Amino acid sequence: MAETKIEEKAEKKIRMLNIYIMGKHYEAPEGLTIQTALEHCGYNIVRGCGCRAGFCGACATIYSFTHDPTISYALACQKEIEQNMVILQMPFFPSTEALYNLEDLEPKEGENKLLELYPDLLTCFGCNNCTKTCPQDLLVMDFVSDALRGDYEKVHEKSFDCVLCGLCAARCPQGIQPYNIALAARRLRGSYLTPVPQHNLDRVKEIEEGKFDAELEALKKSDGAELRRRYAEREIEPAL
Amino acid sequence: MAYPASMEESKRKVEETRPRRLEKGPCARIPEAEREELVSKFHPDYRKEQFRELRLGPNKGRPAPLEIADVLEGNSRIDPDKVDIENIDYEVDVLVIGCGGAGGSAALLAEENGASVLIASKLRLGDANTIGAQAGTQGCDRANDSPIMHYLDIVGGGHFTNNPELAEALAKDSPDVIRWLESLGVNWDKEPDNSYHELSGGGASRRRMHSCRDYTGLEEMRVIRDEIRQRNWHGKKIDWLEFEPAIELLMDGKGQVAGAILMNLETKRMTIVRAKAVIMATGGLGRTHIQGFPTTNHYGATADGLVLAYRVGCRLVDIDTMQYHPTGAAFPPQVLGLLVTEKVRTLGAEIVNCDGEQFVHPLEARDTEASAEIRECKERGKGVATPTGELGCWLDSPMIEIKRGEGTIRRELPAMVRQFSRFNIDITKEPILVYPTLHYQNGGIMIEADASTPVPGLFAAGECEGGVHGRNRLIGNSTLDLFVFGRRAGRAAAKWVKEVKLGKLTLEHVRKWQRELKEAGLESMPVSPMLLPNYANQEKPVPGFQPLGQISGYTPFGDRAVRWI
Repeated sequence: MAETKIEEKAEKKIRMLNIYIMGKHYEAPEGLTIQTALEHCGYNIVRGCGCRAGFCGACATIYSFTHDPTISYALACQKEIEQNMVILQMPFFPSTEALYNLEDLEPKEGENKLLELYPDLLTCFGCNNCTKTCPQDLLVMDFVSDALRGDYEKVHEKSFDCVLCGLCAARCPQGIQPYNIALAARRLRGSYLTPVPQHNLDRVKEIEEGKFDAELEALKKSDGAELRRRYAEREIEPAL
Repeated sequence: MAYPASMEESKRKVEETRPRRLEKGPCARIPEAEREELVSKFHPDYRKEQFRELRLGPNKGRPAPLEIADVLEGNSRIDPDKVDIENIDYEVDVLVIGCGGAGGSAALLAEENGASVLIASKLRLGDANTIGAQAGTQGCDRANDSPIMHYLDIVGGGHFTNNPELAEALAKDSPDVIRWLESLGVNWDKEPDNSYHELSGGGASRRRMHSCRDYTGLEEMRVIRDEIRQRNWHGKKIDWLEFEPAIELLMDGKGQVAGAILMNLETKRMTIVRAKAVIMATGGLGRTHIQGFPTTNHYGATADGLVLAYRVGCRLVDIDTMQYHPTGAAFPPQVLGLLVTEKVRTLGAEIVNCDGEQFVHPLEARDTEASAEIRECKERGKGVATPTGELGCWLDSPMIEIKRGEGTIRRELPAMVRQFSRFNIDITKEPILVYPTLHYQNGGIMIEADASTPVPGLFAAGECEGGVHGRNRLIGNSTLDLFVFGRRAGRAAAKWVKEVKLGKLTLEHVRKWQRELKEAGLESMPVSPMLLPNYANQEKPVPGFQPLGQISGYTPFGDRAVRWI
């Protein structure tokens, strides 16, 4: 079984695709991602590579095709190469971030902290480039307008899967920083609008007061057999 | 449908067995005695030929995986006689090496406790394994839970090999870590009554996994990183250097760690940092690809901190044990080895073989789960083969929708849905092919409960430190570890710098290391730390050119102080 597989594989010729890395022509096998294609072509990446799994936003990439100049966007680790792709990695964008001290930012009724931090929000004219750019397919312009209205909850909901790659800011003709605005909104929500639940605060207090110290001390000192017994006999709560 | 025809038949069997599996429920857990046999027979940690005894340093005579032994016994990247360490670029209280969850929280706590802080990060701030952590963070804060229960789970999961003091710290600090992160702006999943939405996890006796959809680590990291940036502006007490990994520690004449030599990855220039304390927070080692396994780890996970700490005399504990995550993606090849979060099983997905039959309880501890998969594929021949020759088992994700209602997967696992839909696999309707992948370094630099190492002035936190989890870590305890020991390291380092008086800087430890290498006949070992893996296809290289990260083909000292190119 395994042998026939290898033969089949050898027979099946790997299709090589033309790609253009910053305009320079290379060939790379079909099926590679932009990231692995760069490596296949001999690039040893320093910038523009992080988790290699679509979570960190380090490998923001802009591409078009020799036959189609429409600009598209992707994370290099998540996008397969295509024939005649022209690739530019954009691992850094000089965006600005508002300065704040979280402790001074408690949202109050009738105040929009986001607008105070990012007055540029007012200049959005709805071109929707940010949404078209987002490699996570988030509704960026929607949460920009939610931010304009000071709706932290909606910004949180819509922007939560943001990997902070910065492509939205790079494409905004008004220089708005949707990803940084959303980050501030989520931090305000997490910190102020959803208080730490009482069951957590109670436990923190119990631990500070030393409620479990004697039993933990005894457990740490108990011999292997006793510990194994306690472990084996512990009751397991069913999954939710 | 993105699965090739060769896998469709097996996929159909998975669909057919669903009603029966739903009726029967998950299969029984493996009894302790059988578990030990299974693990010792099939877990990669037990392949003796993949390890060797270290020939020098504090762990001399103790085993390490071949790939780790190679970097631990490596040559320094610097020539101590050619580096001018008097020419100091930065003078700070605390130098933090690495900026994932551990380094980031250490920096924040050191700053809060009055220290000036410099962070040296190999890639960008926050480019770390933290950001890829999906499932959650354990915190024993529900009424039916306690640090006692958490402690039992930690040490039982670690097969009673943990350092009890460290396991205690992990359990006791956990509720406060959850609280602290929320106060900084982390948005935990909540129930309608504002209590935390907590799930169970493999080896945990209570529901205590706090999550942020399946982007938990991303949410934690972007908040910590933002807070670091904000504190830089407000008072300028935290500063950072990106793309500047440490390549050697500095010491003073009194045997204290006193800073580090950094290297700018782009310009190849050195930066000399004198610091009263150094916090090692360099994370894991997946990119050394132990035993050829693919990995879930980020690009920079190359064991650098182990190497640097080892050279100044730190012992490493449990460095011969790795965690292979039971559910690394086995198909499509573009995502080979990437993490499929344990939360998929937590929510109710089962692991089944090519016939759609269960062979292991979905929530066993990770070493057990991984061993069972390897047995199913390698011994029993019940794996599913992919067109590129990988073997795997099915993770039957659609069971989640059946058990918990339609829409659960999209709500709880958006990252996973997105990841696979990019390759035309709909995990709400189709199972995922998985196989164990190199995920986590269970052991590391030996520390005390305050994150200090036996070498004065050096602290360690996060994945690069060891003893907390013993020889096996449970889900949700790694992100917890980052913040528990990151915060402890920050506090302890800030305290240390108030008392310590540094002597004159020296690289005598590097000279000594190079002498010992020579005496052991190891002078031709490659240079380390490795810094980055070398994935560049090196067909037709320029003769003599040594690319970044290449660990074979050692080049002897040239004119440069830094061994490079």
